[in-house]
Amino acid sequence: MSAEELRPILEVENLSKHFSSKRRGRTTVVKAVDGVSFGIWKGETFGLVGESGCGKTTLGRTIIRLYAPTSGTIRFSGREVSGKMTGALRKYLTDNIAMIFQDPIASLNPRMTVQEIIGEGLKIRGVTDESERRRRVEYMLERVGLQAEHATRYPHEFSGGQRQRIGIARALVVEPSMIIADEPVSALDVSVQAQVINLLNSLKREFHLTVMFIAHNLSVVKYVSDRVGVMYYGKLVELAESDEIYHHPLHPYTKALLSAVPQPDPHSEKSRRRIFYEGPQAVPEGALAMREVIPGHSVYCTEAGLAAYRRERDA
Amino acid sequence: MRVDDLSVSFRAYAGLVKAVRGVSFHLDKGETLAIVGESGSGKSVTMKAILGILPKNGRIDSGSIIYDGQDLAKFTEQEFYQIRGKKISLVFQDPLSALNPIMIVGKQITEALTLSLGMSKERAKVRALELMNAVGIPDCETRFHQYPFQFSGGMRQRVVIAIALASDPEILICDEPTTALDVTIQARILELIKEIKAQRGLSIIFITHDLGVVANMADRIAVMYAGKIVEMGTSDDIFYRPVHPYTWALLSSIPDLDTKEALVSIPGTTPDMIHLPPGDAFSPRNKYAVALDFEREPPMFRVSDTHCAATWLLHPNAPKVEMPELLANRIRRNAEERIADER
Repeated sequence: MSAEELRPILEVENLSKHFSSKRRGRTTVVKAVDGVSFGIWKGETFGLVGESGCGKTTLGRTIIRLYAPTSGTIRFSGREVSGKMTGALRKYLTDNIAMIFQDPIASLNPRMTVQEIIGEGLKIRGVTDESERRRRVEYMLERVGLQAEHATRYPHEFSGGQRQRIGIARALVVEPSMIIADEPVSALDVSVQAQVINLLNSLKREFHLTVMFIAHNLSVVKYVSDRVGVMYYGKLVELAESDEIYHHPLHPYTKALLSAVPQPDPHSEKSRRRIFYEGPQAVPEGALAMREVIPGHSVYCTEAGLAAYRRERDA
Repeated sequence: MRVDDLSVSFRAYAGLVKAVRGVSFHLDKGETLAIVGESGSGKSVTMKAILGILPKNGRIDSGSIIYDGQDLAKFTEQEFYQIRGKKISLVFQDPLSALNPIMIVGKQITEALTLSLGMSKERAKVRALELMNAVGIPDCETRFHQYPFQFSGGMRQRVVIAIALASDPEILICDEPTTALDVTIQARILELIKEIKAQRGLSIIFITHDLGVVANMADRIAVMYAGKIVEMGTSDDIFYRPVHPYTWALLSSIPDLDTKEALVSIPGTTPDMIHLPPGDAFSPRNKYAVALDFEREPPMFRVSDTHCAATWLLHPNAPKVEMPELLANRIRRNAEERIADER
């Protein structure tokens, strides 16, 4: 095993992203991401769940530096990418990490053909030969389950699921080593969600991708992910392998998320008790941290909380 | 309410779109009927026809919508004023576009009361605060004077529900009320709709693309595909004894928390509603299709008193086909868990 494989491909350490706004001379600070640390291994799918406004999208966008981090470090393949933005760093990031967006309508330019949308990244990377670009776009279209003829059409001619496939083709055509998929299926019908999830899974294997999968639905995340991180109000509150998190959720917010997933079984649904999480109890500043309950399973808690979680995990 | 053989079509540039093709169902008092289908299956168009809000190029070709002894399909716009928003109310999918962004939410609720019920402003305000309280909006007095952008998605949907309830309707039509919301918020809104239904004895038509959502809501479920109801039954019938291949496919595409097997997706896309394939519209995507499916449309076959489905597989001469193993396993596992729970 080489040294490269002993370290995660993406390392996020104590990352924070705060937004401040001034109104009538008063400054308010929103801590969208607040001291988050985790790593993603090469070839792994890392799921990130949480509800709207918990900072999961901000985290994804800070990693590919659409936002500048307030503090903390991000390393990709050992190289720090959280510093000052330069042309070389931008190129390094966009060559290696690509993004798939949530809204398949808003994220595709309605005035560009599919060929132009997917080929744009190649053009920027200096693939000047028109026929070479066409060949690679058509190859990519076929890989995502569309047809070469679709290249000359416009986004409005496609259904939601097909548009999301175009978004995937656009991300993959530049041969990135990692993909950040931000709620790629939330806007789709359940039957179409399954198609897109299966497609992402098979492409991941085919292109040896590392994937960060952001979503609000734990059942979808569990399906695709090797490990899952749960976010709540800017903090990572639980991190574990996806089976572990499903069978032994410890943090109350994770339990609430799990209990909210609708299941196609009327009897158990009617008897099921929903758990609602009302926010954390007040504890002294600094007492909370990510603590490992069992190897590979950490929860954001106090020392006393850790002991309680350990007992709960063993029970 | 009883809908009989309803057909709706749209004149479009490319031809006549047959969006709803002969839909029949009934809604009993105090019951929740869920209409489930993919985008473009005609479920929203059916709802629009019931409320008389079809777009200009849409037309009811045939059929009747009998409510309270009257046929809504033949109503004029004037006559609809007596029904829409009063006896039958609607909860929209997207709470942000359903609300007026430059009007305080209190005004939007009292507007429904003063305009349609002729209440005085003072009484309307008292009633509006009651409604906001009933749908679980905390701190009503302050919230009353706020604008929609100051509300979160879940709270906005509660406002929309409050407006729908303002006139004390008998029927509430919910068109994908939770699709735009997070799972946790979705769970809360579903609980709220259930509570309100029980308190007020409402009848609900619940439209959604997600079968999972209706499992704890619906008394009966109608599954729609390409403008037709393909299977209808009690929620037990649909979840535990589904017979139509399309229902099988829909159920199999729901992520299962217990296992990690590959999701079964439905191949292809919904058919072109202008040039429908001959025979059963689902047959090109149906791996269980028999030759007859490509020639003639299947009639409704009765499975039991409460359960019927339109598939040739139910014909006595059809080959015996079992539901997909994955789905059968899941249903069996759920049943085992239930028995274990009961012990």
